[in-house]
Amino acid sequence: MADSEQSILEGLAEIVNEETGLDTASVQLDKSFTDDLDIDSLSMMTIVVNAEEKFGVRIPDEEVKNLKTVRDAVGFIAGAQG
Amino acid sequence: MTAIPKQRPALSTTTGTAYARIWGVGGYRPDRVVTNDEICEHIDSSDEWIRERSGIITRRYAAPAESVVDMASAAALEALKATGLTASQIDTVIVATVTHPYQTPGAAPMVAERIGATPAAAFDISAACAGYCHGISLANDMVRGGSAKFVLVIGVEKLSDFTDKTDRGSAFIFGDGAGAAIVGPSDFPGISPTVWGSDGAKWQTISQRNSWIEVRDHQVEWPAITMQGQSVFRWAVYSMAPIAQAALDQAGIKADDLDAFIPHQANMRIIDALVKKLKLPEHIAIARDIAETGNTSAASIPLATQRMLDSGEAPHGGLALQIAFGAGLVYAAQVVVLP
Repeated sequence: MADSEQSILEGLAEIVNEETGLDTASVQLDKSFTDDLDIDSLSMMTIVVNAEEKFGVRIPDEEVKNLKTVRDAVGFIAGAQG
Repeated sequence: MTAIPKQRPALSTTTGTAYARIWGVGGYRPDRVVTNDEICEHIDSSDEWIRERSGIITRRYAAPAESVVDMASAAALEALKATGLTASQIDTVIVATVTHPYQTPGAAPMVAERIGATPAAAFDISAACAGYCHGISLANDMVRGGSAKFVLVIGVEKLSDFTDKTDRGSAFIFGDGAGAAIVGPSDFPGISPTVWGSDGAKWQTISQRNSWIEVRDHQVEWPAITMQGQSVFRWAVYSMAPIAQAALDQAGIKADDLDAFIPHQANMRIIDALVKKLKLPEHIAIARDIAETGNTSAASIPLATQRMLDSGEAPHGGLALQIAFGAGLVYAAQVVVLP
């Protein structure tokens, strides 16, 4: 069953917190992973893989570069869950 | 008319020893230490950025005239010294490299001649960063199969010749060096079955930029080795962790039985993520030679092994899980008893 966007956001915030130590409250839809959250390309890949596991979706390597903001990631995951 | 074979006699064959082990390792690190600041003369980066992304503080570069054969021979002599064997006892030399700059001949016959091991069988293998673990697997089977008694396995790279010094994604990663191991007969199992494989669909993930033919016909730039960092990271951590676990299973041991984990020194972030993913117990020594050596491809595991043994970080006679992965994509993992 597809998760709501709010629950995807919360789940993603937990993954980001585990990888980077950032407060979950700072992971908001309009934040950029690189510019606002200071997440580098390798940490981003760890977040992507953990998100795949948590939400049961596949996020291909070539798609990762399009996930610039938290909103992009939440939207992709919601869409992939269908 | 169909040819009918003569009645044929049975061919003789060989059998080796029941088991093989690594008798000793040796390494060669070129003199010149290259700092991140020096790397940043060619790329828009910083010492801090490189350390955060890779854990690399310094790497070594060979001198311009210093060749793959020179470095391999130096490491081989160190390995001979460590084992107490003489070069004439070596009957096979395997050199794993992707930076010997001759399409042919291979480096191995020259190394064999240089160290005094002629007429040992001598050949190169091309399995990139996984070359050393492939070589150990071959050597193990050759000793047990009876086609060799003492096999010298060398991983050697002069990656500084194949690095695009202006490529922000790879210029800081690579280093030069050589590591060698001698595999010989044993009265106990010293090398576990190898778990190995390939995924050629991902060949462009880590690759020489252009083929030699393209260089000749199209005047394209020097064919440096480049990689897609994010894709490599994902594959090296999340596809290789199950391979590492499979190697433990094939060896019939648990992670807790290990004394050392010696992964290919690709990037400290990959090493850290693998350790986390594998949930390795804290008592296991982790190879982190990359900090001062950079990524030396096929040389990285034997160099890291030598450092851990020399420093006392890993015990002689202890169990080490070694896993290597790289261009191809190819991988190989096995558990070894440290010499």
